[in-house]
Amino acid sequence: MYDPALVQPMRDDMTSMNAEELTDPAAVDAFMAREGTKLVFVNSVCGCAAGQARPALRIALQHATKPDHVGTVFAGQDADATAKARDHFADVPPSSPSVALFKGEELVHFIPRHMIENRDAPSIAFDLVSAFDEHCVS
Amino acid sequence: MGTFHHDKGELHGITVVVDVKGSRLFVGRCDTVVPEGVILLDADMHDEAVADDKGNVVSKGDYLKKAARFGIWKKHDRVLVPAEEVVSVTPLGEMA
Repeated sequence: MYDPALVQPMRDDMTSMNAEELTDPAAVDAFMAREGTKLVFVNSVCGCAAGQARPALRIALQHATKPDHVGTVFAGQDADATAKARDHFADVPPSSPSVALFKGEELVHFIPRHMIENRDAPSIAFDLVSAFDEHCVS
Repeated sequence: MGTFHHDKGELHGITVVVDVKGSRLFVGRCDTVVPEGVILLDADMHDEAVADDKGNVVSKGDYLKKAARFGIWKKHDRVLVPAEEVVSVTPLGEMA
């Protein structure tokens, strides 16, 4: 586990885009119980991948159509919360950073780490916005 | 790209497919490429000559189709794929 002071800016990056930090399993369960569309961002200290994924999400959340709720767990930092979040997409191999989009309880879109690596933020954001347009329209 | 480890090469931190001679291939997060071979972290090894848990034989191509969409289930923390066996090293993201 990394020094909390080192990862705090990565947490702040998420909360500054109004993502709700889910730091324990109860918070994850409460978040997932909400109605509507939900996005769970699995945060990571990885400089190359998460360093593009967070800005991508920031861009995507400026789109008119977006999830009703946005939450984040921090892999390697908040292990129990991350494990609980992954229970909700248990058929998908764990990876971080990654992005899971739910409609109700159904996982409708997932962006694993390897689809984030080596891509710039606008490209990742385009994928996210496309998923929002497909799944987040009421 | 901005990693914390600038001395590890351009594939450091990238999930790659390492195809090798014969029926096997490896997928994992590239740590570094050294003269001895490719070091992968959190890796899986697939062998198209061996049936899976359900008795199915899965080709390299079909395995990669699924891996490219969802990722891989890690079976090894660290693997050194010997240089003399390596046929190609390709980012998994390029196969999606």
